[in-house]
Amino acid sequence: MGDVIEAPSVPRAGTVRPEAGRSAALSVSNVSLVYAGGRGREVVALDRVSLDVSPNEFCVIVGPSGCGKSSLLYLIAGLNEATSGQMAVNGVSVHEPGPDRGMVFQGYTLFPWLTVRQNIEYGPKRQGMSAAERSGIVDRYLAEIGLTQFAEHYPAMLSGGMRQRVAIARALANDPGVLLMDEPFGALDSQTRATMQKLLLRIWEQHKKTVLFVTHDIDEALLLGDRVVVMSARPGRIKAELSIALPRPRSMDLALEPDFIALKRRILDLLRDEIDEEH
Amino acid sequence: MAQDLAMEAPGSRSRAEASPAGQAPARRRSRTWTPFAAPSSSQNFVLASAVWALIAGCWAALSYGGVVSSMFLPTPTAVFERAVAMIGDGSLLTHALSSVQVVMIGFALSSLVAVPVGLWMGTYAPVRAAIEPVVNFIRYLPVTSFVPLFILWIGIGLQQRVTVIVFGVFFQQLVMVADSARGIARDLVNAAYTLGTKRSEVVWHIVFPATLPAILDMLRVTAGWAWTYLVVAELVAASSGLGYISLRAMRGFQVDTIFLAVLTIGFLGLVTDLFFRLLRRKLAPWAM
Repeated sequence: MGDVIEAPSVPRAGTVRPEAGRSAALSVSNVSLVYAGGRGREVVALDRVSLDVSPNEFCVIVGPSGCGKSSLLYLIAGLNEATSGQMAVNGVSVHEPGPDRGMVFQGYTLFPWLTVRQNIEYGPKRQGMSAAERSGIVDRYLAEIGLTQFAEHYPAMLSGGMRQRVAIARALANDPGVLLMDEPFGALDSQTRATMQKLLLRIWEQHKKTVLFVTHDIDEALLLGDRVVVMSARPGRIKAELSIALPRPRSMDLALEPDFIALKRRILDLLRDEIDEEH
Repeated sequence: MAQDLAMEAPGSRSRAEASPAGQAPARRRSRTWTPFAAPSSSQNFVLASAVWALIAGCWAALSYGGVVSSMFLPTPTAVFERAVAMIGDGSLLTHALSSVQVVMIGFALSSLVAVPVGLWMGTYAPVRAAIEPVVNFIRYLPVTSFVPLFILWIGIGLQQRVTVIVFGVFFQQLVMVADSARGIARDLVNAAYTLGTKRSEVVWHIVFPATLPAILDMLRVTAGWAWTYLVVAELVAASSGLGYISLRAMRGFQVDTIFLAVLTIGFLGLVTDLFFRLLRRKLAPWAM
């Protein structure tokens, strides 16, 4: 176990996996994002990034701050427009936001005027699902995130960890093809974060969603991911990809395994190069 | 790791605030002057009553004591007698209702247009670009300077007073709603998109509810301004209303009637304020 299959470190165009193409749940090809900086300069946030995520794969992107990993997620979600390149979800190219790409944000984005139950059923309701069907889905997710007794609470009455649990349930209740997660546990304290990682692993193993997860926390990336994509900064590029063949179901104890530590060292080295290049 | 699911129960905060076990709560500091401490309702009542009593006491001392001539400052007794007389013959109610009617019409008209237009203005850049310069120009014009023009155009009927209120309140409301709408968290809208909300639905599904507490606060504040503009309009040209009886009383040196009219306006303002506070609690219970 724990074979490190590292794609060649191609600094140019991102790595395209051989089995990619039509079978990918999410396919990003040659996506660039350029925006106008100050004094007429152009800032290249993302430079020809290509990435394929297989169905039911848990893919994690790590990178230094400012490497454009969150920008990439916003582009895939259709919340921002790429300067060039193509993106497709299950073979259908995407240009604007849609319920096929659910997203969990770093900040708290629950609708404060809706109760926990109403937040979770927002997506299904938008899609015209009947009240009976919706309530079944909501009840199931409430049980999964352990907040059944908080169904009628407003978000303001919940702790940060609880809010992110509801946000995950809200995104999943819509049954998206791909779940995008933008540092969803970044604002939480370390204990709550560990709880949330466990919860996410459990939910993911149950539902087997295609997940693209962005984080700057290497432990988190290794604990959750089937694959870790390391990005470099300015311009944002894919620097390396590591397959994480650690056995599942995983637990926090994994962090003490030699394979885990070896992988962590690899990623730290890759990121350290980044930081050294900056100075 | 086993206990961590229970780690973030909402009760954990209050537990941390409690005094450590075994330690006597001997030196409990007074919460009275702790910044932002939760108020106690009995203490609030005592403090508010004390200020009212102080004002009434000053008034009584100045008037009964003859410090200020009764021609300028009526005694509480005189105002009370005037109140009994005017409530008795129904004239206070008639004039108060006349004022309330004008305020309600003007305020409702203004709010019904200002809220949706303000939301569009805050949400859509072209709407803002189109009307913001005009709105900001008009907003700084003193309403009172338009009263003669309105009288010329509309006359001195109810429409004139309603126009003054609308003119005084509408543009302020518009800017306040637009600013609140523009200030909502962008990721709230982004989250809505990823859940299948269409662009055309964002204003009413997301921006409106997200802005609702601010809108209700805005209505509470501007309702007070509506009263101000009403009195301005009534002082200039009207044949009924609390401002009108004040003006008529001034001509007859009936200072007690002026006091009664002012107290009535203040009382109605207090009621309006309470109404909007209750309305907010009812319509936006999530943002208390």
